[in-house]
Amino acid sequence: MNLQLRPALVSFLGLSVLTGLAYPLALTGLARTFFPHQAGGSLLRMDGKVIGSTLIGQAFTDPRDFWGRPSATSPGPYNAAASGASNLAPSSPALAEAVAARIAVLRAADPAAKGPVPVDLVTASGSGLDPDISPAAAIFQVPRVAKTRGLDEARVRELVARHIEGPQFGVLGEPRVNVLALNRDLDAMR
Amino acid sequence: MSHAWTQNILFLLLLLALAPPLGAFMAKVLEGERTFLHPVLGSLERGLLRLMGVQPDQEMGWAAYGWSITLLKLLGLGAVFLLMRTQAWLPLNPEHLGNVPADLSLNTAVSFATNTNWQAYAGETALSYLTQMLGLTVQNFLSAATGLAVLAALVRGIQRRSASGLGNAWVDVVRSVVYILLPLSFVFALVLVSQGVIQTLAPYVHTASGQVLALGPAASQVAIKMLGTNGGGFFGANAAHPFENSTPLSNFLQTLAILLIPAALCLTFGRMVKDRRQGWALLAGMTLMFVGALAVCTHAEVSGNPVLTRLGASQVASREPGLEQPGGNMEGKELRFGPGPSALWATATTAASSGSTNAALDSFTPLGGLVPLWLIQLGEVVFGGVGSGLYGMLMFALVAVFIGGLMVGRTPEYLGKKVEAFEMKMASLAILLPCAAVLLGTAASVLVPSAVASMSNPGPHGFSQVLYAWSSAANNNGSAFGGLAANTRFYDLGLATAMLLGRFGVIWPVLALAGSLVRKKHTPEGPGTLPTHTPLFVGVLVGVVLLVGALTFIPALALGPVAEQLALR
Repeated sequence: MNLQLRPALVSFLGLSVLTGLAYPLALTGLARTFFPHQAGGSLLRMDGKVIGSTLIGQAFTDPRDFWGRPSATSPGPYNAAASGASNLAPSSPALAEAVAARIAVLRAADPAAKGPVPVDLVTASGSGLDPDISPAAAIFQVPRVAKTRGLDEARVRELVARHIEGPQFGVLGEPRVNVLALNRDLDAMR
Repeated sequence: MSHAWTQNILFLLLLLALAPPLGAFMAKVLEGERTFLHPVLGSLERGLLRLMGVQPDQEMGWAAYGWSITLLKLLGLGAVFLLMRTQAWLPLNPEHLGNVPADLSLNTAVSFATNTNWQAYAGETALSYLTQMLGLTVQNFLSAATGLAVLAALVRGIQRRSASGLGNAWVDVVRSVVYILLPLSFVFALVLVSQGVIQTLAPYVHTASGQVLALGPAASQVAIKMLGTNGGGFFGANAAHPFENSTPLSNFLQTLAILLIPAALCLTFGRMVKDRRQGWALLAGMTLMFVGALAVCTHAEVSGNPVLTRLGASQVASREPGLEQPGGNMEGKELRFGPGPSALWATATTAASSGSTNAALDSFTPLGGLVPLWLIQLGEVVFGGVGSGLYGMLMFALVAVFIGGLMVGRTPEYLGKKVEAFEMKMASLAILLPCAAVLLGTAASVLVPSAVASMSNPGPHGFSQVLYAWSSAANNNGSAFGGLAANTRFYDLGLATAMLLGRFGVIWPVLALAGSLVRKKHTPEGPGTLPTHTPLFVGVLVGVVLLVGALTFIPALALGPVAEQLALR
């Protein structure tokens, strides 16, 4: 058995250096060279300051903004330093209460809104950092946003349409609207 | 055809198309033949082996082989434990994260050394960049490589006649890393970065509005985490996190990466035993079970949660231009993926021993959550972990030929090797030890008040959380019904024990069995031999897997997900 001690130690050290240092460091170098924007977190800058990442959602609560999906991160929503889901069971009374409360808030913010609420707008995402909502969830909020901002509904609707990103290659994933990008363009509208 | 099934079918086609070439390549590597990578990486392999003082043709018996693998795992376990306990004083810790408590460090070290990657912590709040790289990334490679090595030893046991050696563990591990896992991970990681998966050593970013963006060298770890069926997330939210799984394409490729090597290994097996039909038969059996499980899970998740419909939420999928919505059970799911690809991932990650998740399994519908739970309990033999899935499935194949032999009253044989009492004992041990750990652990947990207190959901679902945790640990999966507060002394230590039992309690019987098979003479095929490449055998094999899984676990499943589904309206 002593015979195996040297190969065990050397292989562990050798493979550790190879896969734990050389590989990730080489990849970091290559990533920075070829995909610096993505490798660094797809950061958005304004006037030299980082204002967020296109991939990470933010907590929008102002009725003048489009709202993203509920987030279950703690201590507050959209905590990008502690991702996580609600982990509430489908049968959990806490889930039913939370969804009912969210629907009530949406209805209160826009009593004129018709039809059922798109489910993605009242359920927490897996990461708590979901940057997207469905096109239906964006359209649902158009009357509220247009009214509070004093904008023409048709123009806001048009802005939403411009922000719809289809499934990747036409097949993969869901059509979606990036909430941060949508709200930034909304702010630029007069 | 629904949108979810378009993606499911595309996935299956691509998986079955990629398996043959990769299977052939891995057969070459494990048999020591030259490949197109040898001119580039050959010197790396030779250098490592020379440093280790290992001759490539030095054969090992089953005990020496098992000891080598165990020794390598123990070293890894110790290294991860030490790194976690000292990370505060080590470099590459820009957030100045403190040392990790001992219970949690031990649980994590065991978890990564056994290819479980159960996570009782969240990466971004607990681990330094150095611990992620030098601790966890390394274990991701080594646990996959040791899985490949043990499989190679078992296959040699079947293929060689009247021999004693099963190959050399060090050579198998080094070749697996150098020619298979490292090149695949490198290319895959770069593709992931192009999609937005991060790879940086920079500290966390504080935005103008006060949001803190956790960063890190994620892509390099995510690539091997997926390819090696490890599944331990860089971040707490695992592959639901946009920095770990940024686009529908990165999601699709990562799902494919879960099953790629395990599927291809079936065909590697066929080539190594010089009868490719044997590999295709195993692959067919696995694919059949996978498609069945996928259909149930997809249907359950796309259908959604009846409670939310009653509250006034619309869960009906729509592709009406300008008004699209995914619908379905969206609690705990990311919008860019939707319920279909989330169900596909959940099925793949538990068919294999990955355990990574792109959605919160705890929030799946009861039926949708039953599928991953039961797939784990079957022993992760539907594709299964890298190496471990196929050696697990080969245990079931031995049981299948044994039962077939009993029916016709002849000594059963598999690929020309007589299957006798010793082989059946070892195969039964390998199959039953994890099952026992699951049921006994769950039973203990519902008797210990502090363990019951860890349940976060009321009713049958709380029981499902506990059953899931023990199933996941004892079968080295690592996924969880995440609401369970598992970072307690009871679960940290109990689950660590189950993980060790699930890994070594299978590896040792498998190697002992290989050591017994390798000595046997070849028995020529006779009229009473049950051919093991026919649809009939595939049927018997699938039947045996399902029967063992059903008989062992249906009572427990009835108390958890089945009861919850019946009560949900």
